[in-house]
Amino acid sequence: MSDPDWIDAALVSARPRAMAALLRYFRDLDTAEEAYQDACLRALKSWPEKGPPRDPTAWLILVGRNSGVDAARRKSRQTALPSDEVLTDLAAGLDDAETALAERLDGADYRDDILRLLFVCCHPDLPATQQIALALRIVSGLSVRQIARAFLVGESAMEQRITRAKARVAKGDTPFEAPSPTERAERLLTVMAMVYLVFNEGYSAGGAEADARRPLCHEALRLSRLLLRLFPTEPEVMGLTALMLLQHARTPARLDADGLIVLLEDQDRGLWDAAMITEGLALIDKAMRHRRPGPYQVQAAIAALHARAERAEDTDWAQIDHLYAALERMTPSPVVSLNRAVAVSKVAGPQAALDMIAPLEGRLAGYFHFHGLRGALSLQLGRDEAAREAFHQAIALAGGAAEAAHIRQHLDRLQAEGEKNRAAVSEG
Amino acid sequence: MLYAVLCYHMEDVVGAWSPAHDEAVMARLAAVRDDLAGQGRLSLSARLLPTTTAVTLRKDREPPLLVDGPFAETKEQLLGFYLVDCADLAEAASAARELAAANPGGCYEIRPVATAWKSNDVHGARP
Repeated sequence: MSDPDWIDAALVSARPRAMAALLRYFRDLDTAEEAYQDACLRALKSWPEKGPPRDPTAWLILVGRNSGVDAARRKSRQTALPSDEVLTDLAAGLDDAETALAERLDGADYRDDILRLLFVCCHPDLPATQQIALALRIVSGLSVRQIARAFLVGESAMEQRITRAKARVAKGDTPFEAPSPTERAERLLTVMAMVYLVFNEGYSAGGAEADARRPLCHEALRLSRLLLRLFPTEPEVMGLTALMLLQHARTPARLDADGLIVLLEDQDRGLWDAAMITEGLALIDKAMRHRRPGPYQVQAAIAALHARAERAEDTDWAQIDHLYAALERMTPSPVVSLNRAVAVSKVAGPQAALDMIAPLEGRLAGYFHFHGLRGALSLQLGRDEAAREAFHQAIALAGGAAEAAHIRQHLDRLQAEGEKNRAAVSEG
Repeated sequence: MLYAVLCYHMEDVVGAWSPAHDEAVMARLAAVRDDLAGQGRLSLSARLLPTTTAVTLRKDREPPLLVDGPFAETKEQLLGFYLVDCADLAEAASAARELAAANPGGCYEIRPVATAWKSNDVHGARP
């Protein structure tokens, strides 16, 4: 039980709860983090000798709290006056037994603690990438080096980025009072969006970046399962978790040996992760029972229809079209309409889809996938010149090597066919 | 006699295993499983999906009530289980409701199986 792997996993899994409790206690991210790190060091020393405690999370909170108070006392002798009120408060709790603490950890308090910890990472002043980096550092406990690798930047640059983000958060007002039900629901939405950002940061990578970024998908899933345990009857949290599981299940089939994107319809479905699909399908089933649909559930339901289709040609495109229509009503956006157009092209043909996306051009002129789809639809209609023009626009907007290479394949094929046709004409 | 060996652990901790560690544990378990199967003594084994996927049919009331979440009451004990092939949660719930009608009281936790291993050549229960 006290082998290093077990201790590592125990510390990683305890981190969100313990950090959340320490943040409520010390009301300062840096102090909470230092206290938690100190508790981890003590655990690494104590657990192999004495065996792991009955409740590792409660142990870490208790030890972290003591260590943080000690640190505050030491500091108070050197620097300005501490808040007496805070210190008395802290001292009063010190003698609590581990068991009593563990009991108090259950329930709503503790749920709001974790939500708060995640919520401070979503500070509206922070750009998305900083929110993600902060959450991975503070909540997931990834090292700066791991995060830097995932974002393909140097370690010192990432260190600076995280320090700046923390400073920004520290300046803001962290809401420590218990949230009202409406506030709680709003915080949950914000946090869910951040978790999905973490996932997409990992999922959208292609080529050589894909392996480095995969841990982001794992972390997002872990955070989402954590949210689901805190909000076990919230269908949108089930939907978000299902959506990520069903997308992540396709990872082994998404890129070919050269790191090029393999389209959904061309993927080897035998490579999809069966356990993840089962879990995703179970969660979306569970969510739909509530009859309180939301955008994550609808997107998960779409992913579920793909997952349920054994072959690409078995896909229920009519149902996917309906679901995208529902998503358009919930969250109107040209990108959703563009996705719907793919379903429309399967149900009503490429011309209908082209007609549908034509009015989107104004808003999506700078969007890679718009031109990519326009090219693919034109190609289906045999309009090679229009396809070539669209693919050229797409390639100029590609977000990464994998996207560009995928479009390049289309262009090369068009080029080759053009030459073949010209050769045939000159021969004839 | 047939014995059921029921697996308990801290889900959070297992969920924090790295994929490599998870695979290593599963490989060690597979060796033991294969050994038992080779002796014709393993009937079936299964790894369940996380408790977040569970629903519970409370059948101590009429009509029984399907609620989110795993079974979590210490005053009731695990007395048996069924492994049923279902297309989706609705089918699983309907199977559970049929069972509930035959035996009201207590509850059924309904949890999907991640992976199952079945051995067809078990000697059967020795009396």
